[in-house]
Amino acid sequence: MGDTPQRSAHAGTGGITVATGHEWAAGASARVAETPGNPRTPVDNGMGGGGALPRARSFGAERAFRGLTLAAGTAVLVIIAAIAIFLIARAVPALRANTENFWTYEGWSPNEAQPKFGIGTLAFGTVLSSALALLIAVPVALGIALYLSHYAPRRLGTALGFLIDLLAAVPSVVFGLWGRDVFINPVRDFSAWLNEYFGWIPIFGGDGPFGRSIMLGSLVLAIMVLPIITSLSREVFLQTPTANEEAALALGATRWEMIRTAVLPYGRPGVIAAVMLGLGRALGETIALAMTLGITFGVSFNLIQNGGNTIAANIANAFGEANDTGRGALIASGLVLFTITLIVNITARVIIYRRREFTESAA
Amino acid sequence: MAKRIEATNVSAYYGGFKAIENITLTVEPKTVTALIGPSGCGKSTFLRSINRMHEVLPGARVEGNLTIDNQDIYDRDVDVTAVRRMIGMVFQRPNPFPTMSIFENVVAGLRLNGVKKKSILEEAAERALRSANLWDEVKDRLGKPGAGLSGGQQQRLCIARTIAVEPQVVLMDEPCSALDPISTLAIEDLMFQLKDQFTIVIVTHNMQQAARVSDRTAFFSIEKTGDPGRLIEYDNTQKIFSNPSVKKTEDYITGRFG
Repeated sequence: MGDTPQRSAHAGTGGITVATGHEWAAGASARVAETPGNPRTPVDNGMGGGGALPRARSFGAERAFRGLTLAAGTAVLVIIAAIAIFLIARAVPALRANTENFWTYEGWSPNEAQPKFGIGTLAFGTVLSSALALLIAVPVALGIALYLSHYAPRRLGTALGFLIDLLAAVPSVVFGLWGRDVFINPVRDFSAWLNEYFGWIPIFGGDGPFGRSIMLGSLVLAIMVLPIITSLSREVFLQTPTANEEAALALGATRWEMIRTAVLPYGRPGVIAAVMLGLGRALGETIALAMTLGITFGVSFNLIQNGGNTIAANIANAFGEANDTGRGALIASGLVLFTITLIVNITARVIIYRRREFTESAA
Repeated sequence: MAKRIEATNVSAYYGGFKAIENITLTVEPKTVTALIGPSGCGKSTFLRSINRMHEVLPGARVEGNLTIDNQDIYDRDVDVTAVRRMIGMVFQRPNPFPTMSIFENVVAGLRLNGVKKKSILEEAAERALRSANLWDEVKDRLGKPGAGLSGGQQQRLCIARTIAVEPQVVLMDEPCSALDPISTLAIEDLMFQLKDQFTIVIVTHNMQQAARVSDRTAFFSIEKTGDPGRLIEYDNTQKIFSNPSVKKTEDYITGRFG
């Protein structure tokens, strides 16, 4: 004990201040030295100060939480498997009873004694209307997103972004009603105009009536997917590192060149994901299309004549009056829709995955 | 290939805050000029005023007169992008474009200038990478992502990207502060070679670095937080580090202040 305080006086930078009684200045060593008794005796206070290490706990919050997350993860798989089994079990008997080719037959009469139904026209309508909706919505959405993230004054950008998000919260049945009762009028006039001057192009041909067409359905669908794509793309564009934007500007890029060099390549995977989410919504959209399309069975690229149908719209329209076979047939069509969505998602993953070498280092 | 920079009474603002006040100095062609001073004294702001990158930030503006070989770069009729092409910039943190390969990074500036011919791009890329002492390390993997290189290599890649467009002046904003000593040495050696062709202005917190690489040194300082930064002394590097004429400079370089 005798020489310990002296040693601690040399240990810290404030040796002199220790001698004058300011014990804190020299750091912890001075305090240990002043503790009565041998300072090297380990004190078992349970804080890891000394003595034997405590045993690992065999049960605790750590394990409980792990179990909980594992259960949640497994539940997803179980639910998906249950849905798949249910769909297949219901669809198979109806498909067996079908007297026509399920893939090519143009029509949907599964409730009769000789059930006849085909998925071809519905799948075609689904893909056509969704593709058209994306064709219209994506350029507009990216334009809005870039304006909000890189051109608009910050306050205006935030306010407009909020409005766009609000648009995403409108229920689809409201879009359907609006499309059926209001939006149909300008679309009908526009269709007639297109037919008059561009009728020689097959997609704008036909003799009418116009209005409840693929064009109306796709336009309504485009408005519905617009906020999703805009909102996500805007977030992605805002995340572009300032350092990259400045690098482009310092090389002498204009604003647009900077966006092309730094912002768009950086945001590409995010934009693809956003478009796929939009496509997912478009493919599965039910009630808005059931209310705006003409509900016919036939494969036609004509965009302006009354007609068009999709898998989801057909399910909504036909489920009420379907018998056992009818319901099975509709469930089979649901399986096809599920497959289409799956293919779309896998394609998107592949696109993103192929650029992973570049995007991972960007993250 | 190298030009004289003359700043006369340059002040720069961030909104209502005046960051630098009445900076007047001349940078001679084909020299390395170091800007030193404590944090927040406005040396980076002054550097960014030279290639009009300061005004990129919302609310930022510059007053006073800045000329490159007697051409006013803040003239109303001057194209900002032309100024930035003439005065290249290397940033504090290496910032290669993450989605681009090494090759694409180097030629990014040339592509912006509308150069499309593959042979010209390849030639320019090799020349720039050789000048940046990076060619031997990357010549076999030009198609790999630039962000996959080490920090020091990335910074040299950024230097290659900057000099590929053949600017007159190269500005460097603490180019070695994120690098280890060996990479720092590589970049300092590079500066020695580059000053044969370019006028170089470098901001650094490392006084040994300023003493090693620069011909002239400008010392910036502030009275207290919130005050604008001012130029205290500007002279030959040797004079500044051995026999400064202002007391404040001496205090700073001997470590008694800042």
